[in-house]
Amino acid sequence: MITFSAALLPAADAATQVGSPMLNIAIFGAFVVGTLAIVIKVASGRKTAGEFYTGGAAFTGRQNGIAIAGDYLSAASFLGIAGAIALQGYDGFLYSIGFLVAWLVALLLVAELLRNTGRFTMADVLSYRLKQRPVRIATATSVIAVSFFYLLAQMAGAGGLVSLLLGVSGETAQNIVIAIVGGVMIAYVLIGGMKGTTWVQIIKAVLLIAGTAIITAWVLAKFGFNPSGLFQAAADNSPEAGEKLFEPGLKYGKSLTTKIDFISLSMALVLGTAGLPHVLQRFYTVPTSKAARRSVEWAIWLIGGFYLLTLVVGYGAAALVGPDVINAAPGKANAAAPLLAFELGGSVLLGVISGIAFATILAVVAGLTITTSATFAHDLYREVFRRGKIEEGAEVRVARIAAIVIGIVAIVGGIFAKSQNIAFLVALAFAVAASANLPTILYSLFWKKFNTRGALFSIYGGLISSIVLIIFSPVVSGKAPLVEGGPSPSMITNPAIDFSIFPLDNPGLISIPLAFFLGWLGSVTSNEHNPQKYAEMEVRSLTGHGVAEAVHH
Amino acid sequence: MSSPPRAQTEDPYLALQSTDEFQELRRKFRGFVFPMTGFFLAWYFGYVLLSIFAPGFMGTRAFGSVTIGLLLGLGQFVTTFAITFIYARWANREFDPLADRLGARLDEITEA
Repeated sequence: MITFSAALLPAADAATQVGSPMLNIAIFGAFVVGTLAIVIKVASGRKTAGEFYTGGAAFTGRQNGIAIAGDYLSAASFLGIAGAIALQGYDGFLYSIGFLVAWLVALLLVAELLRNTGRFTMADVLSYRLKQRPVRIATATSVIAVSFFYLLAQMAGAGGLVSLLLGVSGETAQNIVIAIVGGVMIAYVLIGGMKGTTWVQIIKAVLLIAGTAIITAWVLAKFGFNPSGLFQAAADNSPEAGEKLFEPGLKYGKSLTTKIDFISLSMALVLGTAGLPHVLQRFYTVPTSKAARRSVEWAIWLIGGFYLLTLVVGYGAAALVGPDVINAAPGKANAAAPLLAFELGGSVLLGVISGIAFATILAVVAGLTITTSATFAHDLYREVFRRGKIEEGAEVRVARIAAIVIGIVAIVGGIFAKSQNIAFLVALAFAVAASANLPTILYSLFWKKFNTRGALFSIYGGLISSIVLIIFSPVVSGKAPLVEGGPSPSMITNPAIDFSIFPLDNPGLISIPLAFFLGWLGSVTSNEHNPQKYAEMEVRSLTGHGVAEAVHH
Repeated sequence: MSSPPRAQTEDPYLALQSTDEFQELRRKFRGFVFPMTGFFLAWYFGYVLLSIFAPGFMGTRAFGSVTIGLLLGLGQFVTTFAITFIYARWANREFDPLADRLGARLDEITEA
């Protein structure tokens, strides 16, 4: 495979392989070596719990904002949204907007108050004025569930990227690449803790946004910096969709079910972002609520700017590569951005974009692993299992072991999941975060009468309802095959197996309101109320009192 | 993490929470973020519902190949950036000085 020179391969024939896998691997290797060197230089050595979980809360708002963008713009955003816009035009764009608007929830309601009332984990905030043990156990369960779904989706994505970009299609070779990705990620986390991981995310964000900006400028230049001309060219080059690319409906407008499904999905996106544990964890890496505010400001500018670039990249891929070639490539829609890079800048630009795509997975997975290991070590081991009586060294040791275990789970999960239809897992992670986490976060920050029973009802109710609804939804079983007699696009590909009784792909429409309702119901049926802790939490959340001490512990 | 238990009347947090200044701070904060949240959620879901249930209107060409839906979508970006800017300016100018003053007063009480 590697002897094929990319230049000799016309793009239209590039169904199996474009570019130079060796070059792609070399650029990815350079990223890994470069970032590992930086991680070792800035962040190696023994660590306190605070250093391991939050980098000692020593990042500036701007640094953290860039890292948040690096954490949030996963391969699903980068490759998935560009591909969705290339193939479904307007509906792909519509999908991207939810991911941005969601940050306003974090900005206005969550980031600053969370920074002021917590120290290491989401459970710090949720258990602040409630009964520690049950609330920490519930929160940890939901954190682990959300992070696991997100992690699995990323690792399976790594498997798909391998066959697309490295020309590695053999089963064993793909597994080896997944294991390498997992191994490098564990190294980042163990050596660098949150400080090292943050730097990886910052570097990745800069590369990703710069690479996308170059492609965008290149595409626009080809169309005389006239977006309308670009859109027209995209429609002209899409025989099937044509001018429908400018209108809603190609993806979500097929039937009433798909329409309601999109409403359900957009609820999960907008309300889920501010409940994603690995996003919340990032607010603890800065010293004050003002720096947390600054972080979200930077994140919104970068993420919003990035999605605007993606709009051009997506239509550019439709105009210059075309839907037929994209659909014929391995990875289909996910191949749109890489194919466009190849069309514009040949193997070199494709290599750069491929390297960035892998870097994306590494950075996102490392952030998820730190967050999950903090939950295991701080919430479950320290607070629940040892009831707070534990030396700091022991806690960090447990966190490191947890990181290794999570890394191994990610590798094994990625290997098993790589050939499955599990793209729905990202949406599920958002839905669970919006159902099980966000209601409790908002209630505990803003509602005086909220109490332990309300928290438990809301967390477990949101978690269980969203997972049960997904299990009985068409994403798990029973979707009609795309071609007569072919496999079902559901997770269970055998079309004869069908236990889907819930019609929507996304559970949010039911599970989010249900979790809010259960949080209210649990609270009003219990008399528990701790006025002193409530006053302490409210005063601290708004004034930032006590944050400095918490940081310097 | 928590302060040692005291008689309720002596608790500095309870004392501060019941002051007019703190109630004013709380009112100010909620008075800004709740309506703003209501606005952007309504505007976002309004846009989603229009896209889903009024595709004909949203597909109307405004100019060239640019549709009303695309313009409203870009409008979501504009409002998101604008809200971010307005909130940060408000918080830096109006909210922080008040919050810092109360925080400092609490420092004095707890250290005394």
